[in-house]
Amino acid sequence: MTVNKIEVSGVHKRFGSKIVLAGTDLAVAAGTSMVVIGGSGTGKSVLIKSILGLLKVDSGSIKVDGVEVTGLNGRALADHRAKFGMLFQGGALFDSLPVWRNVSFALPRGRGAASLRAAAIDNLAQVGLGADIADLRPSELSGGMQKRVALARAIAVRPEIIFFDEPTTGLDPIMADVINDLIVDLVRDLKITALTITHDMASARKIADRIAMLYAGRIIWNGPVGDVDASGNDYVDQFVNGRAEGPIKMQIKTA
Amino acid sequence: MTGVPHDILGVLRAIGRFVLGGLASIGRLVMFAWVAISRALLPPYYPARLAEQIIVIGYFSLPVVGMTALFTGSALAQQIFIGGSRFNASSTVPAVTVIGIVRELGPVLGGLMVAGRVSSAMAAELGTMRVTEQIDALTTLRTDPFRYLIAPRVVAAVVVMPLLVLVSNIIGVLGGYLLATYRLNFNGANYIRTTVSFLKTDDVVSSMVKAAVFGFIIALMGCYHGFHSNGGAEGVGKATTNAVVSAFILILMSNLIITVIVFGGR
Repeated sequence: MTVNKIEVSGVHKRFGSKIVLAGTDLAVAAGTSMVVIGGSGTGKSVLIKSILGLLKVDSGSIKVDGVEVTGLNGRALADHRAKFGMLFQGGALFDSLPVWRNVSFALPRGRGAASLRAAAIDNLAQVGLGADIADLRPSELSGGMQKRVALARAIAVRPEIIFFDEPTTGLDPIMADVINDLIVDLVRDLKITALTITHDMASARKIADRIAMLYAGRIIWNGPVGDVDASGNDYVDQFVNGRAEGPIKMQIKTA
Repeated sequence: MTGVPHDILGVLRAIGRFVLGGLASIGRLVMFAWVAISRALLPPYYPARLAEQIIVIGYFSLPVVGMTALFTGSALAQQIFIGGSRFNASSTVPAVTVIGIVRELGPVLGGLMVAGRVSSAMAAELGTMRVTEQIDALTTLRTDPFRYLIAPRVVAAVVVMPLLVLVSNIIGVLGGYLLATYRLNFNGANYIRTTVSFLKTDDVVSSMVKAAVFGFIIALMGCYHGFHSNGGAEGVGKATTNAVVSAFILILMSNLIITVIVFGGR
């Protein structure tokens, strides 16, 4: 029997009158890579921010390592968050700090600048970047390089769990594949549990062990990556094949 | 006939919504201020961030605050001279100038100038960090945004504003002195003697208290509006405007309250 690193059950979350999560259930086994697919605005970001404790859910349970995390506060919440690394959609690098300060940001400060810098350069090497960019500002880097620096920052603290928020959005197909390869390697080499949200199917197929589809605030399908083309679910079929026609109606007219 | 009660209900509903919305905003702001203060007092501290903010808020505001004080002090002396001449009291120029500058114009104009510079910059910077998820990123990197971003700004503003206003007061009085001695033929030594003899400890203390309060308002408004901004570039623009406008209003309001409390009894 596999151990679930993350267990989300019956989670509800609304913003004003807009219901975003309506009884979401999701389990991620330790050391595996789960990819949650779904259209824009289906609550994928809300789901991972809820697990991280950046957002408070209205009801339901979220367990990490079997411990309920929805009501955590203060020190306990900080300890919970320390298990996670996160790659934000836009990188979210601190533009006031040079690259090496960004990468070493969460490392313990007591060790002195030289040692932090060396650790940053080690982590940059893990994502295929050289020491020559360590003193540049994030704004001086291309989009793909910013993503890689952000990835280096997320893995610098050796998290047990890492979240990838649209890791390939805004990148050209080749750079997107470089990022996908990096994610696969890092998850395997560092034995991290990964949860990715994306609407890029090429990326999902490459980095997923399992795929789950979020639609209307619920997980409507969940299975091994190999089964995604034969899911027997019309919604999943429509999304995977990127068809405008199907059960998912896009709101193209403003009501 | 039946339309009339409906209209009244509609008006009442609108008023109620406005009042509730206002109370909710005040509540959120007070909570924010409370969290900012309580986190500022407890470690971890970020001395490098604090030093950076002291330089940004204090040192870089010196030219604009100094110029404001110089011009205002001179203009004030000129007007007091004109007003005083009407009833043979033009010799009150040094006394009234120093009281006007130290009690009111130094702290208020200094506060407004710094609010224009600093509240807006804070709101824009934190607002951009919010919409680009940098504030969320801080949280996932084991750093409390309140301690890392907000506490240094609030502490720096509260510490630095009294110093800025002290400088501003001196330059304001100097502006009055220059105008009075060069244009109005006052004796320089007498001017300074009168100035010093009219200045009371209360005046200086109230000036410093005002400055510290304004500093708190300046940083709080900049941080609060920036921290809660949303909706991309437009949202950041709105946060910046709101930060400056609300800082201005709160500075003028709290100035009146402090003035009435300190000097109202006399």
